[in-house]
Amino acid sequence: MKLPEHPCNCEGRRSFLKKTTAITVLSIAPKALLKAGEQNEAIASFFEKAPIKLQINGKDYSIAVDPSMSLLDMLREQLGLTGTKKGCDQGHCGACIVHVDGQRVNSCLSVAVENNGKKITTIEGIGQGDQLHPMQEAFIKHDAFQCGYCTPGQIMSAVACIKEGKANTPDEIREYMSGNICRCGAYPNIVDAIMEVKKSGQKV
Amino acid sequence: MDNTIFFNDDRVDGVEKVTGRAKYTADQRIENIAYGVFVTSTIARGAIKNLLTAEAKNSPGVLDIIYYQNCPPVPGYRPHDKELNKRGFEWQGLKVFSNNLVYHYGQPIALVVADTWEKAVKAAKLVKAEYFTEPFETDFEKLRKYESKLKKISEYKRGETDAYKNADVFVEAEFSTPIETHNPMEMHATIAIWEGDDKLTVYDKSQGPKGTQSQLARCFGLEEKNVRVITEFVGGAFGASLRSWPNVPAAVIAAKKVKRPVKVLLNRRQMFSMVGYRPQAWQKIAIGANKDGKLVGITHHAISNTSRYEDYREGIVNASQFLYDCPNVNTSYKILPLDLNTPTWMRGPGEATGAFALECALDELAYKLNMDPVELRVKNYAELHPVSKLPWSSKFLKECYDAGREKIGWDKRQATPRSLKEDGMLAGYGMGGGVFGAGRGNAAVKAILKRDGSLILQSAVSDMGPGTATTMVKIAETSMQMPASKIRFMLGDTDFPPGPTQGGSTTTSTLGNGVSLVCDALKKHLKELAIANVASFKGSSIDDIEIKNEQLISKKDNARRISLSELVSSSGKEQVEIIQESGRAAAEAQKYAMNSFSAHFVKVHVDPSSGTVKLKKVIATGDGGKIISEKTARSQMIGGAVGGIGMALTEEVLIDHSTGKYINDNLGSYHVPLHTDVPHIDAWFPNKPDPVINATGAKGVGEIALVGFAAAVANAVFNATGKRIYKLPIKPEDLIS
Repeated sequence: MKLPEHPCNCEGRRSFLKKTTAITVLSIAPKALLKAGEQNEAIASFFEKAPIKLQINGKDYSIAVDPSMSLLDMLREQLGLTGTKKGCDQGHCGACIVHVDGQRVNSCLSVAVENNGKKITTIEGIGQGDQLHPMQEAFIKHDAFQCGYCTPGQIMSAVACIKEGKANTPDEIREYMSGNICRCGAYPNIVDAIMEVKKSGQKV
Repeated sequence: MDNTIFFNDDRVDGVEKVTGRAKYTADQRIENIAYGVFVTSTIARGAIKNLLTAEAKNSPGVLDIIYYQNCPPVPGYRPHDKELNKRGFEWQGLKVFSNNLVYHYGQPIALVVADTWEKAVKAAKLVKAEYFTEPFETDFEKLRKYESKLKKISEYKRGETDAYKNADVFVEAEFSTPIETHNPMEMHATIAIWEGDDKLTVYDKSQGPKGTQSQLARCFGLEEKNVRVITEFVGGAFGASLRSWPNVPAAVIAAKKVKRPVKVLLNRRQMFSMVGYRPQAWQKIAIGANKDGKLVGITHHAISNTSRYEDYREGIVNASQFLYDCPNVNTSYKILPLDLNTPTWMRGPGEATGAFALECALDELAYKLNMDPVELRVKNYAELHPVSKLPWSSKFLKECYDAGREKIGWDKRQATPRSLKEDGMLAGYGMGGGVFGAGRGNAAVKAILKRDGSLILQSAVSDMGPGTATTMVKIAETSMQMPASKIRFMLGDTDFPPGPTQGGSTTTSTLGNGVSLVCDALKKHLKELAIANVASFKGSSIDDIEIKNEQLISKKDNARRISLSELVSSSGKEQVEIIQESGRAAAEAQKYAMNSFSAHFVKVHVDPSSGTVKLKKVIATGDGGKIISEKTARSQMIGGAVGGIGMALTEEVLIDHSTGKYINDNLGSYHVPLHTDVPHIDAWFPNKPDPVINATGAKGVGEIALVGFAAAVANAVFNATGKRIYKLPIKPEDLIS
């Protein structure tokens, strides 16, 4: 099928897709189906979505996503992994931090389709079954949160901070954790929690 | 009673929070959900001439666009319409989609509902509005000078007016504080689900699920029992969820129209223009004292802004009337309507603003008197409440002063400003005091003892972060003498007995009293059950039986005992239930003044070349009565101090007065404190039970944690630099000029 020459002056990709779907259907089906094809949102939606394959918390996923969907919304809305939080949707607060191929990333700023073939780790994936990750345990022990909303992002960032070798002193932690806002003001306890895990030498 | 036998201060919901399993409103997974996204006004005052929705309506996935021309009749929007609204209830605040009027920039004017969030966002951008515009004003500083623009709210006088002028020494100063926003990390969200024509379930970010339920029932003409509000977890609020904002009725209206559950999640920009803020304020304060430091007179005038559609007021001048013993005090308070959205209570409402002026002015007076600022406060310590003349139910503020001085190292403070240098920095010490009302409201709590011996407590409250369930479990643990691991406190659901709204530092006092009383009632009931049903307790009196280690034990013969679990089984029931109501402290308030108090001590470093202020040490002391859970109470004090650092040094909403738009309406440019702004913070409590306020002796620390903190920083900055700053936030350029 030849694409229209001036797409910006023509109908959108969606109605175009609807028609092309319908034409494909026409070649094999009666008129009633053509009408259904033109109106069927589901068919149009299918063609609008981009298929991607990625690994999340050790599990392989093969899914189709809206090309404008963020990694954050893919995790939360499409896969139900709501542990990762939406705090600003603008990359300012860090509540949505996940690890992408081991690097901490604001998932609200990452388009889902960019992550084809990548390995994602979210807060749901850092413990071993019922066994908490040492950072999760330290956060509880030091009361490193109040409302808990920024906590998944803080913990994912904290783990990365140690892995990056940027958790040697409280001041260094403060510097390298400053992308994670905590409005309840649990910062001193978060620093204590990270220092403890760092000093313990546990694998993070 | 030993309350440490099963001691473990970890939060009971800690595991849920660190694993991401805690479900906040927008996390709820609802089948067939549609997404609502607000379109907001781009003028500050006027009316919508025409809303152009055709393009958005044809946008993929769009189910409906709701605005004033197609909004179904909402009873609460029409208080005088007896046909529709028999109870005459009126929705407080912006009646979203009720008409075409625009009161402020960023006002919600339409809700685009689509089958995915992405599609709703795309379509919302296609809605365009044409307006009739009117002149508007958002400039507080400009308008406050016109008396005719102000609304008089309160005046107070005892003794002589402006008596400070007759004192040996006095200070007069004007203070300015900007609009500050709560900006909790969780953005406001509502999910509305109609379960039939007259039955509604709503997930909402609310500090008071019962209040939200009642508002919704009356607004939509429903029976209260047919409205269920669920708030499992709240991601911070600080006052921003004390009332319901436009997202709540909008979601309910939309769900009705599209016949599907609808989720409305605000974006960060809308967190500035839709859910309240601490108002901008101007204050003039004057304090006079005799040479020995005894106060002669305090005069305190304040103006704060409100919106054009509601009168929002707060107690900015109140603490000046009663925090210190002073024979002559006069205060006045006025509000100034602007073309902005309505302000609301934000942590330490009123007092936080007022204490900045009062505590800075006292500091200035201390320097003029050549007196230690703490000594000046001790000299004027109020033993009786100066307004009501009642004794305080408890007051251990002097203990706070002493602990604060010792822990910060006050003896290293130099009386002469700009005389202490450390590592090339100007170092300074400062302190500020705080106060907030303590009280006890109504609460009902249900206790359920199950056959396995576990205890469930239920009340329809929510927890925005202080750790309500943790504290309540501790109270029950102590009362029932059973391990916390066997107690579960359930909240966040209006199907539970009515609990209080979480606000004004009253949850622990109010709900804790309810938990304490329901445990007492349960213990009595269990003893009666044992006497009636268990052979070895036949003929015993209630006083002969004690409950501990999950058993009922005869005091006279401790071989006679039965476990809680066996007792429930012997009663033949699956579980033993009891509901206890607990009333407000009305009689007590006739006899006693009830307040919590704080004293904040800080040490700062000011870079003499850049003017940057860095907190080096913070001691937050608070008389909150009995501290039930020290770990969570400390976290509240630390959090209040961090909020205070923001108030003092970073937070300020800026308005473009040519459009009425908030300029810095995102977390990238509205600067809340970050990790790097916050040092180690120490909290300390006298931890003395209040003998009057309730059964547990706890008062509350949520507000006092912040009230007075900004003054402590400003006073330390003066001590370090010799520069007295009267306008918040303190900026580097203020200190290098």
